[in-house]
Amino acid sequence: MGFFDKLKEKLTKQTETVTEKFKDGLTKTRQSFSDKMNDLVARYRKVDEDFFEELEEVLIQADVGFDTVLELVDELKMEVKRRNIQESSQVKEIIVEKLVDIYESDDEQITSLNIQDNGLTVILFVGVNGVGKTTTIGKLAYKFKQEGKKVLLAAGDTFRAGAIEQLEVWGKRVGVDVIKQNEGSDPAAVMYDAIQAARSRKADILLCDTAGRLQNKVNLMKELEKVKRVIEREIPGAPHEVLLVLDATTGQNAMIQAKQFKEATDVTGIVLTKLDGTAKGGIVIAIRKELNIPVKFVGLGEKMDDLQPFDLEQYVYGLFAGLADENKED
Amino acid sequence: MAFEGLADRLQKTMQKIRGKGKVTEADVKEMMREVRLALLYADVNLKVVKDFIKKVSERAVGQEVMKSLTPGQQVIKVVKEELTELMGGEQSKIAVSPKPPTVIMMVGLQGAGKTTTTGKLANLLRKNYNRKPLLVAADIYRPAAINQLQTLGKQLTMPVFSLGDQVSPVEIAAKAIEHAKAEHHDYVLIDTAGRLHIDENLMDELKNIKEAVKPDEIFLVVDAMTGQDAVNVATSFNDQLGITGVILTKLDGDTRGGAALSIRAVTGKPIKFVGMGEKMDALEPFHPERMASRILGMGDVLSLIEKA
Ligand SMILES: Nc1nc2c(ncn2[C@@H]2O[C@H](COP(=O)(O)OP(=O)(O)OP(=O)(O)O)[C@@H](O)[C@H]2O)c(=O)[nH]1
Ligand SMILES: Nc1nc2c(ncn2[C@@H]2O[C@H](COP(=O)(O)OP(=O)(O)OP(=O)(O)O)[C@@H](O)[C@H]2O)c(=O)[nH]1
Ligand SMILES: [Mg+2]
Ligand SMILES: [Mg+2]
Repeated sequence: MGFFDKLKEKLTKQTETVTEKFKDGLTKTRQSFSDKMNDLVARYRKVDEDFFEELEEVLIQADVGFDTVLELVDELKMEVKRRNIQESSQVKEIIVEKLVDIYESDDEQITSLNIQDNGLTVILFVGVNGVGKTTTIGKLAYKFKQEGKKVLLAAGDTFRAGAIEQLEVWGKRVGVDVIKQNEGSDPAAVMYDAIQAARSRKADILLCDTAGRLQNKVNLMKELEKVKRVIEREIPGAPHEVLLVLDATTGQNAMIQAKQFKEATDVTGIVLTKLDGTAKGGIVIAIRKELNIPVKFVGLGEKMDDLQPFDLEQYVYGLFAGLADENKED
Repeated sequence: MAFEGLADRLQKTMQKIRGKGKVTEADVKEMMREVRLALLYADVNLKVVKDFIKKVSERAVGQEVMKSLTPGQQVIKVVKEELTELMGGEQSKIAVSPKPPTVIMMVGLQGAGKTTTTGKLANLLRKNYNRKPLLVAADIYRPAAINQLQTLGKQLTMPVFSLGDQVSPVEIAAKAIEHAKAEHHDYVLIDTAGRLHIDENLMDELKNIKEAVKPDEIFLVVDAMTGQDAVNVATSFNDQLGITGVILTKLDGDTRGGAALSIRAVTGKPIKFVGMGEKMDALEPFHPERMASRILGMGDVLSLIEKA
């Protein structure tokens, strides 16, 4: 069974709505990407240097990290040689396979969250300014609430104007409480309070918001380390997840973000937001490869239910659906 | 990270072609490979990169090499000049309407920095030009967006016009103009909700606001970290609204900010200001030269050349 058939089979087993939502969100991504691929294949019958150069360019435009692109193309060249492939149309399938290969690891459970069966699970959200941390907390709170969990939010962004109020609106919307202090207070103290509250109220999940900060701001990164330390000290093994929120429109800088935040807070997963736009967020492939941080969720809009677990094959399918359909015809 | 190695790589390439009187085609070709890399790492859009390389190559080949420079440095000098040129002159001027108030609309993707920049711009107008701006809360969608602007207004001791989140943004904007006239505000800054350029309904809403208030400026606020998609976003906002300028935010990070070049190249609209922090005074005029160096990521090499 070919790659795309396997994919198709897998996808039909998924609930319709999830797949539809994901596909909807990725329509633009898919179209532009696969249009380019098809265009490329149409123009180059033969697999030659020019073909590969342009393939390189297609991937670059998806914001896939440059080094990853170069490596991928090198591997492709070897594969093409090995299988003695002459026609460009035959390369398409291998491209997808390679991309999936690069991303995948032996670890099967990479997209699920580390949720404690008994007691409190603490999830810390980190990232640069405006990427969607607070919104993602709202969405995730909704998701846990739907699952019947008792959720609490910690208003750890005491800096940005209106940040606490924003989280409170989400709290109200979803129907969960927010633990807060005044604007300007120490975020680590807010976390301390929130953990005590979560304990006494026997909450299952505590979602901790933090202020956006650029990864090159040393003091702010130190502050974040302190926030994490307080959580660690209060609950051994916590935070159980540190989720780095990345904006899909971000380019190469996302790699530096991932690197710095990982160093400071030991990031366990990525939430890739704003994938409902035309940006592709291809840099997550490079991040996965270089830093081994998996994407756990994707954001596909501003509403409560616009959060989906990341599914690599769906993601790649989203990118290549046009290609897949065409592949089936021939 | 390959970022750091670029200046070195360029130096190496330059050394290989040292000591010739004229820049040859082969020299240029070799150099351009490195320049292309630098630009792509900086997130300059690929198409823009290609056009740029073509133009620079044409100009560089056959150039007499200045005594103080190697052919490689000579090429980089051309690259930087062209890059600066492409980014336009320094244009931090803001329109002044002959019939006050001057109306400014802030538009852009979600989280780009519109609300923050609205506050910063008002601050700058008051501080540098002694103006009396009115801030307008026309984002009725994002949770606590109005509150955010009001908090900034309080920090700045500046009035914020709001009709809550149950009135349409078009009506809010229109009423705000009336209010500004009555209260003798000479500038009106309208903060709009973040939206995707492909969201037809919300883009129509912006068109309707534009129609209703006839703004003197429409500033597209763009995150400096934006990748290849920047051209799609900028082209789309420009086509649909006719933006008058761009404000690049979050340039206090370590991004190269190549989006600036892409946006300028595809829209032809000037980049007016850059956001350099979260505080209300962190807005600066845009310097094309500095941006060019930053995009190339070769501070040392360039200062070497500048001395020549
Ligand atoms: N289209 C789209 N918009 C999103 C998504 N996630 C968040 N947003 C929007 O992005 C903007 C910023 O989101 P926030 O949640 O405030 O981001 P943040 O990271 O908490 O920002 P700071 O706290 O200021 O650093 C808001 O307008 C959100 O509605 C998404 O998946 N898709
Ligand atoms: N470091 C830095 N942060 C900035 C800058 N400009 C804005 N921000 C931050 O970016 C985040 C988003 O800014 P907002 O002003 O809320 O963005 P917005 O475009 O109004 O967002 P929406 O209304 O949700 O679309 C906030 O955390 C701001 O503090 C800047 O120049 N530098
Ligand atoms: Mg936030
Ligand atoms: Mg805003």
